Amino acid sequence: MKKLVPMLLLACALAAPASAQLRITITSGVTDPIDIAIVPFARAGVSDPLDVAEVIQRDLESTGRFKGMPRSDMAALSKPTTAAEVVAAEWKQLNNDYVVVGRVTSQTDGTVRIDAELVNVLTGLRISGPYSIVPAASIRNGAHRVADALFEKITGVRGAFSTRIAYVSVDGKPPNQRYELYVADSDGANRVRILASPLPIMSPAWSPDGEWLAYVSFERRTSAIFVQHRRTGKKTMVSARAGINGAPSYSPDGKNLLLTLSGSNGNLDVYLLELASNQLKRLTDDPGIDTEAVMSVDGTVYFTSDRSGNPQIYRLTPGSNERPKRVTFTGSYNARPRVSPDGRQLAVLTQDGGAFRIAVQDLATNNVQVLSKGNQEESPSFAPNGTMLIFAGRERGQGVLQTISVDGQISARLDADAGEVREPVWGPFLP
Amino acid sequence: MKKLVPISALLATLALLAGCPTKKADVPPPTPPPATENTGVQDPNAVVGDDTAIAGPPEGLLAQRIIYFDFDRSDIRADSQSIVAAHAAYLAKNPAQKVRLEGHADERGSREYNIGLGERRGQAVRRALALQGVAETQLSTVSYGEERPVEAGSTEQAYSKNRRVEIVYLK
Repeated sequence: MKKLVPMLLLACALAAPASAQLRITITSGVTDPIDIAIVPFARAGVSDPLDVAEVIQRDLESTGRFKGMPRSDMAALSKPTTAAEVVAAEWKQLNNDYVVVGRVTSQTDGTVRIDAELVNVLTGLRISGPYSIVPAASIRNGAHRVADALFEKITGVRGAFSTRIAYVSVDGKPPNQRYELYVADSDGANRVRILASPLPIMSPAWSPDGEWLAYVSFERRTSAIFVQHRRTGKKTMVSARAGINGAPSYSPDGKNLLLTLSGSNGNLDVYLLELASNQLKRLTDDPGIDTEAVMSVDGTVYFTSDRSGNPQIYRLTPGSNERPKRVTFTGSYNARPRVSPDGRQLAVLTQDGGAFRIAVQDLATNNVQVLSKGNQEESPSFAPNGTMLIFAGRERGQGVLQTISVDGQISARLDADAGEVREPVWGPFLP
Repeated sequence: MKKLVPISALLATLALLAGCPTKKADVPPPTPPPATENTGVQDPNAVVGDDTAIAGPPEGLLAQRIIYFDFDRSDIRADSQSIVAAHAAYLAKNPAQKVRLEGHADERGSREYNIGLGERRGQAVRRALALQGVAETQLSTVSYGEERPVEAGSTEQAYSKNRRVEIVYLK
């Protein structure tokens, strides 16, 4: 852990696959990253040429906390594929903290097993596992799962590399724009188009099981909320009531959708829609704009309201008759709340001077920290392990996706090949 | 309502691309706002947007169909009052004519909150028209928030063009 991480470390320099539509660039990392050597894995009977060690290295580096040993520096070394073969002193001399070795093996039932072993070269401790067994067509996913476990063994926090993100992409110049909704792996690979429309698509939201996406589409020339199955594409319109149908988000149990309705009189309020019964319950009743509701793991609902004159975050408890309580008091504009998976932190869009930036508020102490540094940012969304946020920013007039650690130390950019990307939402852990 | 030139090939194309049925005659009745304990399902008839846009009256102030707003405001500026008044007078005289008020916001701030701002602007124009004698049944609103800018770019020039309500005459 001696070297300083370069401020602009191209995590993708190792030949991104052709299918990757988003490229990760670390824009700020920790000053003292963990040095790790991930030795190319042994292969037995596997036809997919995917370099598993490279995927794992890119995953770990994408967090800004690790620096992988370049392959070229390994040239003179032996290439161990089991922990027993690792000569710790040899790797320690080259400033590594850890060595990862492993094997990719085709099994008789057609699946592929990926085994990895971790060696702490400072203590000499060998940690066997993790492993993952995946269909032959999903080796990349298996590699992400191994990276999740390695990240956890080293940092104590479960990795979120095998999770997915969804985002909206926009192409073309106003007023002739084309809107698309995509799902991709958290590193931007394997992107799949879920929906395309010449009219706006907005506010995607994941179901807690990662199987469904709720979103707003104007395909009927007025807003409507749909839920769509990620794999089958099955799409159901769940709200096309008079006026605005907006801001869908799932309750933690996946049974309800929080949403915003205006009726034809144009007064936006927050409602809870039970998906199975289509029962609608009104949660707010105020002449101001009430919208962007989200439910915490403990059932508390946070939402944006301008009842005080400008947008601020409020909270309420469904079923209680208490008036909503104001939560944010720093600055004149706080909107689009998202709660951390443990329910302890609130990410918001805040006006900071003349800029719109992402801030995190500790719900116990009410301390607020503005994390991002851009001018035109929006749509924060927590990673399922709570360590990072993904959000949309602007660079050279284009919408780009960015991630930042909740302490503000580590940031990265996910660049799209073409067009503008916006409204990223980080999906849940998958079984 | 003199010569109503049915144009808007663009909107028709958009409608086709979006796969939404272009309704000819009967406009479905407006659906009541959602009740507190609504069991109602999807109000499939609540579509207000699939009416066909037409050119509308071309003369004088009536040719101006866009009302601009200040940042985070929804009150109609003094320089737009005469445009609103002209449309109000025309619509009051032509009670069969319907218009859709399409509200928009600039790109700053949160998207769903901007949907609310666009709606508030649409409602402000709606109230002004109603106060000047236009029947509520002639008026509908839709908000696109910041999703459909007329001008790209993060400049005050673009912002001021995008904060608007478009008065769309319907067939």
